[in-house]
Amino acid sequence: LLELKPEERACEGIFLAFQYPVEIPGVSNTYFLKAALNSIRKYRGLEELDAMDFLKLMRERMKFVEMDETLLNRPVNQGFSGGEKKRNEIFHMAVLDPKLAILDETDSGLDIDALRIVSTGVNSLRDGKRSFIVVTHYQRLLNYIVPDFVHVLVDGRIAKSGGKELAFELESKGYQWIEDEIAAGAGA
Amino acid sequence: MAQVQLTDAKERYLSDFERISPENNGRSWLGELRKGAIAKFGELGLPTLRDEQWRQTNVAAITQTAFKSADARDLTSDEAERLKNYVFAGFEGTRLVFVNGHHWPKESVAAELPKGAIVSSLSEAIRNHPDLIQRHLGQYIADDKDAFVALNTAFMQDGAFIYIPDGTEITKPIHLRFVTSGSDEPEVSHPRNLILMGTGSRATIIETYLGLGDNVYFTNAVSEIVLAERAVLDHYKLQRETAKAYHLGAIQIHLGGECKFANHAITFGAALSRNDIHAVLDGEETECTLNGLYVATDKQHVDTHTKLEHAKPHCRSHQLYKGILDAHASAVFNGWILVRPDAQKTDAIQSNRALLLSDDAAINTQPQLEIYADDVKCTHGATVGELPRDSIFYLRTRGISADEARDMLTYAFANEIIGEIKIDPVREHLEHLIWERFRHGHV
Repeated sequence: LLELKPEERACEGIFLAFQYPVEIPGVSNTYFLKAALNSIRKYRGLEELDAMDFLKLMRERMKFVEMDETLLNRPVNQGFSGGEKKRNEIFHMAVLDPKLAILDETDSGLDIDALRIVSTGVNSLRDGKRSFIVVTHYQRLLNYIVPDFVHVLVDGRIAKSGGKELAFELESKGYQWIEDEIAAGAGA
Repeated sequence: MAQVQLTDAKERYLSDFERISPENNGRSWLGELRKGAIAKFGELGLPTLRDEQWRQTNVAAITQTAFKSADARDLTSDEAERLKNYVFAGFEGTRLVFVNGHHWPKESVAAELPKGAIVSSLSEAIRNHPDLIQRHLGQYIADDKDAFVALNTAFMQDGAFIYIPDGTEITKPIHLRFVTSGSDEPEVSHPRNLILMGTGSRATIIETYLGLGDNVYFTNAVSEIVLAERAVLDHYKLQRETAKAYHLGAIQIHLGGECKFANHAITFGAALSRNDIHAVLDGEETECTLNGLYVATDKQHVDTHTKLEHAKPHCRSHQLYKGILDAHASAVFNGWILVRPDAQKTDAIQSNRALLLSDDAAINTQPQLEIYADDVKCTHGATVGELPRDSIFYLRTRGISADEARDMLTYAFANEIIGEIKIDPVREHLEHLIWERFRHGHV
């Protein structure tokens, strides 16, 4: 995977929802998504979608994140609020149908309503076959997107793993105890 | 040695003038105008890199080529066929076509015009409306500052004359098409346009310049555009000369009060080209927009000099130029804003953004602000750069290849200017042209 180019990874089924999605003036959401989807479909040996079929697909997936149709023809993320940008990321995910979705601090900068909508969108895509890696510092998101596994990373390494209860433990105890555990383990 | 060559070149034009003795239709005032112009040319001589106005653009290729004055001739059947590629599908409106600087009525299209409006060739207008022409021709652009403008006034054969009476609107766009055909020897044409708009009048005019052969030729064009109070003009200039051609275009714009003027200059062609656009805002509450897009590759050189002169208070001007340069192309953008002492409450914005797609492409960008009033808002900005890497990466993470991502972003960059074109057939034609040019990751 690490040897592949970004577009190849996308075609293989990996999706990254950015923490700070970039604005792309002059390139419409619709236009680029259609090009992206067709690029992935071509890679998978599927027929490319024409404008009509693509529009149908878009309209269907828009519902996942309660996206306004007016945002479709706007340039990608241009003038979007923080919440709209994050919802747009999930919208892209819904359209591109990845096997592994990485959500990078999707909750950062979101108010409770936006958080709810984004989480509903993500949850509707949990079909038991698709995998999600949700990166966050806070419990709040995990109340909506309830994880199956929790891994704690310290200095880039997985330091502790557990079920969703581990997240609650962290919320009440903080991270220091894990770092202490590592230090103690190293000493032993 | 070079100095002798330059004097030779100047002498060549002077003796050509004596020999050809351009047509005056028996109008002595026109003869005087020409004589005055050629005399000024004699004084000025052809420019070199030592002249301040030409410091960044080497016109030796033009000055050292012996150009023959292009004569009127028909297009070959191949050329007529090739001309079809330049058609704006679905365009409706009056069209005047000039071949090698001479009006070609065969290709022109006359649409219905409101009473009193005139859209004709300049040579015809000199015959039919001599007083009107005499009063305005050559009265706005100075012959004593630029040798090439002086040459145009001395040698001009034809061009367009557009006159729109007070309170009149021409709803369909007017297209002035200047075509240069193939030739065995290098040729020069001097198209001259005069556009006069009455109070409260409205129109849309597009000038296109194109070549059909692969010969060396020189288009030396001058347009004088005058708007009376409250007139509204959308003016487009599209330059698609061929690869070995030279194109110099001077546009002098004179605006009265409460006018709305927009010029969009789109440049694709010519080995060496320059637009000199000078707008004088000579009435209050007037708005002037100068937008441009220049796209160059190989060893093309594109020069844009704009001069926005705020002579009266409460006017707004806005300039947005974008350049896309690839291979060894080079460009110059020199934007001069002059705010005279009376021009309080001026609001002037200027911006030039260049996208460099190769390591060898180069842009020389120089804003000049000369401000004599103290209650004004003037901003200028220039950015030169590559395509934003974050945007390329973002598109790639969605499955779009690096090349396709670069094409999309380059197209989007250009589209900010193209998207402003209000004539649908023209905009669509250019969107398609740009899309074709930016495939495969480079121009």
